Amino acid sequence: MDQDGLYQQQVIERARTPVHAGPLEGATGRGEGTNPMCGDRVRVGVWLDGEGRIGTVRHQARGCAICLASADMMAELAVGQEQSGAVMMGRAFTALLQTGQDDGVRPELMVFAPLRQHRSRIRCATLAWSALEAALTGAPAEDSKDG
Amino acid sequence: MDVPPVVMIDPIDSLRDRRADFPILGETVHGRPLVFLDSAASAQKPVQVIDAMGDAMRTQYANIHRGLHWMSERTTDVYEAVRDQVAGLIGASAREEVIFTRNSTEAINLVAYSFGSMMRPGQAVVISEMEHHANLVPWQMLRDRTGIELRVAPITDDGDIELDALERLVADGKVALVAVTHMSNVLGTVTPARQIADIAHAAGARVLFDGSQFVVHRRVDVQAIDADFYTFTGHKLYGPTGIGVLWGRRELLDAMPPFMGGGDMISSVTFERSTWANVPHKFEAGTPAIIETIGLGAAISYIEAIGYEAVAAHEAALVEYALPRLAEVPGLHVVGAPAERGGVISFTMDDVHPHDIATLLDRNGIAVRAGHHCAEPLMRRLGLSATARASFALYTTREEVDALASTLTQIRGFFV
Ligand SMILES: Cc1ncc(COP(=O)(O)O)c(C=O)c1O
Repeated sequence: MDQDGLYQQQVIERARTPVHAGPLEGATGRGEGTNPMCGDRVRVGVWLDGEGRIGTVRHQARGCAICLASADMMAELAVGQEQSGAVMMGRAFTALLQTGQDDGVRPELMVFAPLRQHRSRIRCATLAWSALEAALTGAPAEDSKDG
Repeated sequence: MDVPPVVMIDPIDSLRDRRADFPILGETVHGRPLVFLDSAASAQKPVQVIDAMGDAMRTQYANIHRGLHWMSERTTDVYEAVRDQVAGLIGASAREEVIFTRNSTEAINLVAYSFGSMMRPGQAVVISEMEHHANLVPWQMLRDRTGIELRVAPITDDGDIELDALERLVADGKVALVAVTHMSNVLGTVTPARQIADIAHAAGARVLFDGSQFVVHRRVDVQAIDADFYTFTGHKLYGPTGIGVLWGRRELLDAMPPFMGGGDMISSVTFERSTWANVPHKFEAGTPAIIETIGLGAAISYIEAIGYEAVAAHEAALVEYALPRLAEVPGLHVVGAPAERGGVISFTMDDVHPHDIATLLDRNGIAVRAGHHCAEPLMRRLGLSATARASFALYTTREEVDALASTLTQIRGFFV
């Protein structure tokens, strides 16, 4: 059924019962990523701790299983990071999926590595990370293109 | 005397031998035989089309309408013969009414630009809630350019145009054009074209049908439906990309200004001014898609040889077979229940996003489309962000529908 292991149980579980979904009111920073191709949308709220590190991340994700699971894992991995560290984490993940180059991608994210074989789905997994970057930098989240 | 038994040929099986005409259907995807259920996006090509294009380039090619030499004259003849074929296919009363465009999108843009330039602020265009972006965005652009009004005819939850509402929308006599699909690429709805045309005409409006999906499955008769403009696109009709058709009534086309300027569309040019060629050439600026037009001609010959009756019967039987098969899949919901449906079935599944469905089907060699199908406002109207869509062509088999249904059942099991 799923020969290359994209839909591992962990991904399906995360998508079905996310741990970090929740309201974004009162967040220090908020960002959004959308994918016009499929209507997926991830909204992210970030709360910083006293030292300016990421204390809490919550998301509101609407989309496919890959999108939902990725959003939840992003929220988990970003906590405790310096803001720049979290941005780098997302960029390394995106680069891995796009080019195959592994510049220190967190091992937890390797469940998404089979997306290398599904180019049209990469954006599903990176959406949450661009929403996080938007929440941290205040930059408007970029949309991906679709015909 | 023995009476030979009457053999009832199953309409689905009747086209089975035609599969051999499509070389690509012998390919495998991810190690599985290709099950291609995305023909509404673009159909596969029979060897007759592939060969016609190759042969043209190998043996008989030059620019058309210009060269005073044998190759050019021959190529012009072949190119212009396709115009006759298209005219015959759709029942045009004159070959000059057939204009070659790049695709359906360009054909609609041509009307929006050219016919649209004759509209005045205060006039209106009516579309429906189930239009492809190709029959929506050009009218928004016209509205923004000229100050016309854009009105949208609602559809029912089943996916049929609300004719009463359409009647009310045109009642004030301000509507210059009703532009609607002849078959929805999302819901499969075949629209009651003649009734729509009658409603439009009674209010003094012209009517355009986007036939991109319809011509693939049924014979079009532009006179019977009393159309004023009709568009379709070659690549969905088993022909190549890069060639589409606009048909329009001669008196309208004659009155309309050109869409693009350049070679071939003029009758005389000085630095001060130019005068236009007659239709159809007025609307065919520059070197056209010669090879693709020849390919479209081969595609039309191919369909005509099989016969629209057989094509339509095959498709109707397949839809009738597929709907209950899909209904057996746990959690699956077919979108819409139009009064008349062509070979397009959109669906959603509880707990599984359409993109996950499409990816997992693909891993099993089954190609469907998932997303908003270039009809975002329709998705919003249906309260959905995306659907998965299976669409049928003349080469689709009952076994392929079975493969779809059983794989969908597995996918569902995977997620719950
Ligand atoms: C109903 C409908 N209209 C218009 C189009 C546009 O066709 P094309 O992209 O070939 O111009 C399509 C196909 O995508 C369609 O399904």
